[in-house]
Amino acid sequence: MKAGFSLRGVEFKNRVLVASGTFGYGDEVKDLVDLNKLGGIVTKSLSWKPRDGNPPRRIVETPGGMLNSIGLANIGVDAFIEKKLPFLRTLDTKVLVNIAASSVQEYCDVLGVLEEHEGIDGYEINVSCPNVKEGGLSFGTDCAKTAEITSRLRAMTEKPLIVKLTPNVTHISEFAEAVEHAGADAVSAINTVIGMAVDHKSRKPKLSTVTGGLSGPAVKPIALAKVYEVAQTVSIPILGIGGIASMEDAIEFMLVGATAVQVGTMNFVQPDLGVRIAQGLESFGRERGLKDLGELVGAIDAKVELSVLQSWL
Amino acid sequence: MKVVEVPVIAREEIAEGIFCLSFASEEIGKNIKPGQFVNIRIGEGLQPLLRRPFSISRSDGPVLEIIFNVVGAGTRILAGKKKDDILDILGPLGIPFGVDGEYETALIVAGGLGVAPFPFLTELLRAHSWRIETFLGARNAGQIAERFLENVHVATDDGSRGFHGTVVDLLDHYLREHPPERPKIFACGPTPMLRALTEYAIRTNIECELSLEGEMACGIGICQGCPVERVRGPKRYALVCTEGPTFNCRDVQLN
Repeated sequence: MKAGFSLRGVEFKNRVLVASGTFGYGDEVKDLVDLNKLGGIVTKSLSWKPRDGNPPRRIVETPGGMLNSIGLANIGVDAFIEKKLPFLRTLDTKVLVNIAASSVQEYCDVLGVLEEHEGIDGYEINVSCPNVKEGGLSFGTDCAKTAEITSRLRAMTEKPLIVKLTPNVTHISEFAEAVEHAGADAVSAINTVIGMAVDHKSRKPKLSTVTGGLSGPAVKPIALAKVYEVAQTVSIPILGIGGIASMEDAIEFMLVGATAVQVGTMNFVQPDLGVRIAQGLESFGRERGLKDLGELVGAIDAKVELSVLQSWL
Repeated sequence: MKVVEVPVIAREEIAEGIFCLSFASEEIGKNIKPGQFVNIRIGEGLQPLLRRPFSISRSDGPVLEIIFNVVGAGTRILAGKKKDDILDILGPLGIPFGVDGEYETALIVAGGLGVAPFPFLTELLRAHSWRIETFLGARNAGQIAERFLENVHVATDDGSRGFHGTVVDLLDHYLREHPPERPKIFACGPTPMLRALTEYAIRTNIECELSLEGEMACGIGICQGCPVERVRGPKRYALVCTEGPTFNCRDVQLN
């Protein structure tokens, strides 16, 4: 049975990746996880210069999930190349570098530097971080800007280019369509959902930035609906993300249209979950007599067209 | 660093509302040092979602102990664990207390459940022949957990036992009468106490190491959720989980 998939000629050995910001740069968890058994690793977002991130408090646990406001704390592209890339190069898995920036030029600068180095299999573009003032969501909620960033980067690289979309828009499919036309090879969906937690005693927000990004199993129904919406609209592959905590969750994402999935928040709880899900998917496929796990992609038996109204009637 | 699934050996209430839970792990036991912590997955399903960090309070070969009080959903479930219930534990994590250097006297200062890491540290310091004076602060006499500590001095908020006042004031009174030989403070407790202690340590020119708490999801440096502000250095923040939880009090800014 075929477990993997390919993207612009790059072969991923299975359909389970780990999501940006939930797995560091891989080396932090090497003692806990057999990294070579993952379909791929998406790195913590990289910006041109190191970023300190937001002041504490940065995380709050909520029912079935967590809010974060990390603020893209990262070591910067130079330190990544010097300190992290050599380790990633030794791995037998695909490495996708996630890029975050506060200007179109910064995205280009970071990708330009990374293009000069071996060991990077593709890029995931973060235009959807809800926790920074400049860039982030202000790009990801602006369709023209998202398309502009995509086409500028497309012109710079022959490697897979994936754009990570935010659910914090009215129609995520418009953004998926825009990046498809601008030359993206795939979209990742979804980034975190804007959320807030309040301390009723002190009357203060719990996060230092007031609002943050909600992730974890709590967002899975939202993510499934967004992936389904995107899948009805575009023909490029979707990397489904949002609260995946089991092999069954991964299959649900594939059924609504995800070609592959990324495990996110649950890596904090169980760092080897991605590997377990990949193994689970393989056994599932074999037991069901599938020739290719890709048979599951988009195989949902939905008799009605996507319509907000219909779903309420 | 390992994830292990091990049974609870015993659970007991060692002071009013303060529980001690013990379990055994060869892998964690042989590597863990005083000041380090473990991150425990408490729920079997998705509630609570995240692991909870606990200092190791005592270590005897593979047998490890944590102490805690019930402060929320996670610790409530933990307090209900029985012998043979399985715990999913990630550890050892973090940087241990520093016990090298030309010191003779350990001044252990703990507020409330901040006492957690000190029985383990006391054992190590004893093995290195340090003189140990321990200062415990709590709301009242019932909440003093003094097991396995040495030369304990007590301060309570309500005056029901020992010194009536803060543990930092108690330390000050004691040291005025008993100037210590080559001292180092080891401290853990609520932030206001640690802030007051930091001021005191700087004023009196005593070395002081703090064990800090931080809200963290992973415990291994990937979630970036537990920053503490640095006083100096190239980076603005340090992570409590991987760069701490132990810090020189002169290196961090407690807000």
